[in-house]
Amino acid sequence: MTLTAILLLAAGTYAFRLAGPLLGDRIELSEERQEWLRLPAIALLAALVATATLYSAAEFAGWARVIGVAVAALAAWRRAPFVVVVMAAAAVTALLRLAGVP
Amino acid sequence: MRSIWRTVDPDLARNAAALGAAVFVVGCSFGAIAAAAGLSPWLAVAMSVLVFAGGSQFAAVAIVATGGSALLAAVAGVLLNARHLPFGLAVGDVLGRRWATRLVGSHLMVDENVAYALAESDPRRRRVAYWTTGATLFVSWNIAVPVGAVAGARLGDPAALGLDAAFPAALLALLLPALRNRRARAVAAGGAVIALAATPVLPAGVPVLLALVALPVALFARPAPVPRGDTTPGEGDAPAPLAPEGGRP
Repeated sequence: MTLTAILLLAAGTYAFRLAGPLLGDRIELSEERQEWLRLPAIALLAALVATATLYSAAEFAGWARVIGVAVAALAAWRRAPFVVVVMAAAAVTALLRLAGVP
Repeated sequence: MRSIWRTVDPDLARNAAALGAAVFVVGCSFGAIAAAAGLSPWLAVAMSVLVFAGGSQFAAVAIVATGGSALLAAVAGVLLNARHLPFGLAVGDVLGRRWATRLVGSHLMVDENVAYALAESDPRRRRVAYWTTGATLFVSWNIAVPVGAVAGARLGDPAALGLDAAFPAALLALLLPALRNRRARAVAAGGAVIALAATPVLPAGVPVLLALVALPVALFARPAPVPRGDTTPGEGDAPAPLAPEGGRP
């Protein structure tokens, strides 16, 4: 991550944040349109979860990571707090690697 | 401003404090994960102060950690934050018409304080909820990230600690609450399949952006009308906020 990329991300984010209050007097977004603004985020996050779970560069990441994320997914689905989900993934993966699973 | 702070009631103060504590722990994990991905503590702090949007920060760092370019990471992060546009439309009245409050208040806009503000019907209480929660989260997040970054940099080998599994787990926790409606699930599944198929053949970072090709899938997954009086919790088509319960900017 470079400082330039961080500044770009910050500027883009701030533009989206400021646009609402500035446009607020002029437009009203329907529930349908609002959902369309949320969908890109869902596609990107799902793609990130899938690739970051299964791949390390262009190679299979190994079972330790996959099982760790699967346990975290179960915890998240059972509505465990964010921190518990993240810690579960790291702990299970670390233990599997300690036991020799790649 | 002082008159606003005087009207903070105990309920709101307690909620803001609880959220602040939750965000502190999430901020520590972001700092540690960023350190594992090779970000210096200074860059992690600069990112947290200037971007102040946890989901996009986790996502951008994950893309860089898997070998994607910093530019692609920034583009993906900005797209993730497009949801702030409708947020701003919804809470525009809270920020008023003065430029100073609009400029500062916009930067404090996150999932949680928007939700808190919208839960209040009285205009004055809306303002108090928005500013109190936003300011608490900003302070908490930006103290937590350097703490996590410094601790993470001293922890040792990220792979032995399983930190590479922490990335997708964190993103999954952010994504899950948004998957309650059918259209969102269709887009998520489509995006994941496209990115997985493209990863072995395209440069790192590109497959994730290619997942946006899945968006038209939503056209074929129109939400079915929910029969009155027959709504199953969690299966309805009400749009869910893109935020985990428990908090994160």
